[in-house]
Amino acid sequence: MNEADASAILVQGVSKRFRIPGERVMTLKERALHPLRRLPWQDLTAVDDVSFSVPAGEFFAVVGRNGSGKSTLLKCLAGIYAVDSGQMFVRGRMSTFIELGVGFNMELPARENVIINGTMLGLSPREARRRLDQVLEFAELEQFADLRLKNYSSGMLVRLAFAVMIQVDADVLLIDEVLAVGDAAFQQKCYDEFARLRREGRTMVLVTHDMGAVERFCDRALLLEQGSTVAVGDPHAVGLRYMELNFAREDGRPQTGAEEADRLGDGRAEILEAWFEDDEGQPATALPSGRRCSFAARVRFREDVEDPILGFAVQNGEQQTALAASTLAAMPSLGWFRAGEEVTFRIAFENVFRPDRYYATPAVAHAGTGFAWIDRRERLVEVVVTGASRTDAIVDLPYRMTLERAGTGHAQTEVAG
Amino acid sequence: MTTTDAAPDEPLGRLIRGPSAVGGDWRRLVHLTRLLAVTDFRLRFFGSVLGYLWQVVHPLLLFGVLYVVFTQVVRIGSDVPFYGVALLSGIVLFVFLSEATSQAVQSLVDREPIVRKIQFPRLAVPLSVVLTALFRLSLNLLVVFAFLLAAGGDARVSWLELPVLIALLTTLAGGLAALLSALYVHFRDVKPIWDVVLQVIFYGSPIFYPIDVITNDTARELLMLNPFAAILQQFRHAVIDPSNPSAAEAIGGDARLLVPLGLIAAAAVVGFRYFARKAPRIAEEL
Repeated sequence: MNEADASAILVQGVSKRFRIPGERVMTLKERALHPLRRLPWQDLTAVDDVSFSVPAGEFFAVVGRNGSGKSTLLKCLAGIYAVDSGQMFVRGRMSTFIELGVGFNMELPARENVIINGTMLGLSPREARRRLDQVLEFAELEQFADLRLKNYSSGMLVRLAFAVMIQVDADVLLIDEVLAVGDAAFQQKCYDEFARLRREGRTMVLVTHDMGAVERFCDRALLLEQGSTVAVGDPHAVGLRYMELNFAREDGRPQTGAEEADRLGDGRAEILEAWFEDDEGQPATALPSGRRCSFAARVRFREDVEDPILGFAVQNGEQQTALAASTLAAMPSLGWFRAGEEVTFRIAFENVFRPDRYYATPAVAHAGTGFAWIDRRERLVEVVVTGASRTDAIVDLPYRMTLERAGTGHAQTEVAG
Repeated sequence: MTTTDAAPDEPLGRLIRGPSAVGGDWRRLVHLTRLLAVTDFRLRFFGSVLGYLWQVVHPLLLFGVLYVVFTQVVRIGSDVPFYGVALLSGIVLFVFLSEATSQAVQSLVDREPIVRKIQFPRLAVPLSVVLTALFRLSLNLLVVFAFLLAAGGDARVSWLELPVLIALLTTLAGGLAALLSALYVHFRDVKPIWDVVLQVIFYGSPIFYPIDVITNDTARELLMLNPFAAILQQFRHAVIDPSNPSAAEAIGGDARLLVPLGLIAAAAVVGFRYFARKAPRIAEEL
């Protein structure tokens, strides 16, 4: 069985162009008067030769900035748009959710709307009627079944729409930004349902901006930019590329870290090396907790750069950030650095980390938000913090604790952490 | 939002095709057409006190005005047997054609939210408008029959022609609805143009005048080439009173009926073909 055999969705070289007319409206009269005249138009390639396959049971994300073509790609998959070239195949029953509650009519009661929406989703009216009770139960709206939708709160509407969508029982789900709606409790319910769908081996293609959701749910991600595939693969790596695209400079310089997946930036400066130092200033790979230590990185500028931001972040194995420090707040204006100049920056701090393994990411960025990377080397240095502390917190901050007993009026017990 | 089933025998899975008029699934077309039509029809009942009555008020009002004018003022109809019922039947059939087509013109644009968000057989949109109009026609025909019996008309075997006539009229309306809705996506002046055409059909068909009023044979025969006029005339002959000339008599021979019938077929074929050609791109051109 080769890859194509196992895929729930197979997309081969799909392109989609839109014709954007110069002047939108043409009347029949004009057409009759000028039968040969064609309106000026320009072609916009929304999706450009995209290929990928999604194995059955995989959660696959399509990410990209606004206008990158991700929603168009989804609509092509859904069969709403006809493609200009390429082929797409799907295995199993497919359902598309571009929007929750398509076809809902505010003047009609929930009961009817569930049947309308279900039929729109592709159920036969009989199937839709059979699922009615389950849907209302899932949405916890049984007692409001005969209430007209215009009297529903927006939260109830969303619950009802999501319930219909979940009850359709498709093998392959195409979902566009559905999670963007609803309150936190509803989103949690969505996530729980996605977890259930995943356990049941359903396949999902999710279009979103939300990299958090992507890293949380998706096995793989596809990054689109101007209709073309930029990256496919591990959600974390794709997420980093996405961040980079979001803040990339416009001149499209080649990325120095292109061969190195965990390296981002335009390469105007280079982080040569980085290391941790113990309380005596000696390079160390293990640091006892509770002592002073520092992190240092050596940077060489390849081109003139004004006011760069130097910084680093320390994360534990669960990718929780324990410390992030940069010159952004304290020294916003470092002045010019000339091509060829080498600097070493050092950040000293009290090591209050919980004993664990940590990874440091040094970065140099352009002035501004701090996301326009010049060089960023993801998890370049590894360090182990040793110690006897057994805290569950990420950091083991020093603290003092007092206990006062009623009636005595003064501290009886004092503990230092 | 759409769900479709796969054919398991294809090696790569089912090929995803873009949207189309019918989508290879007649059942889904029928389901959706009915669903859209029933929903639309029910919405008119909802929230109005007179509900059902409003469905027949429009043709009855038009009927009232024309009846008074043509029996009391102009007096074309005062000596025609069953003039009132004949007039009402003309109005009811015309209101059906007019409603089905003029509401279909904008139907794809009105249904934009679903057209752009789910994959479904696009033809369901204009056809549902025709079906809604057909529901109203059935209600209105009940009134026509009530008037006919009240005026002393009798049930006759030729009433059996009724379903055939309604089927022909629905075919005509369906073809026009498909054609006009697809045209409107590109050409927004279709609506005023079509409103004018409907006016021409109204005065060019024997709705408020009996066909015998036109004494010039050529003029009458030309008028009867209009499929709506032919259907209406046959309806009056078969359903209301045999003293009305049949469509064949009015047009001057059975063979000539092929012209209005051909026009109905042409409306259906051209409407469907044009719609099918436009269907894949409707979602992006709205």
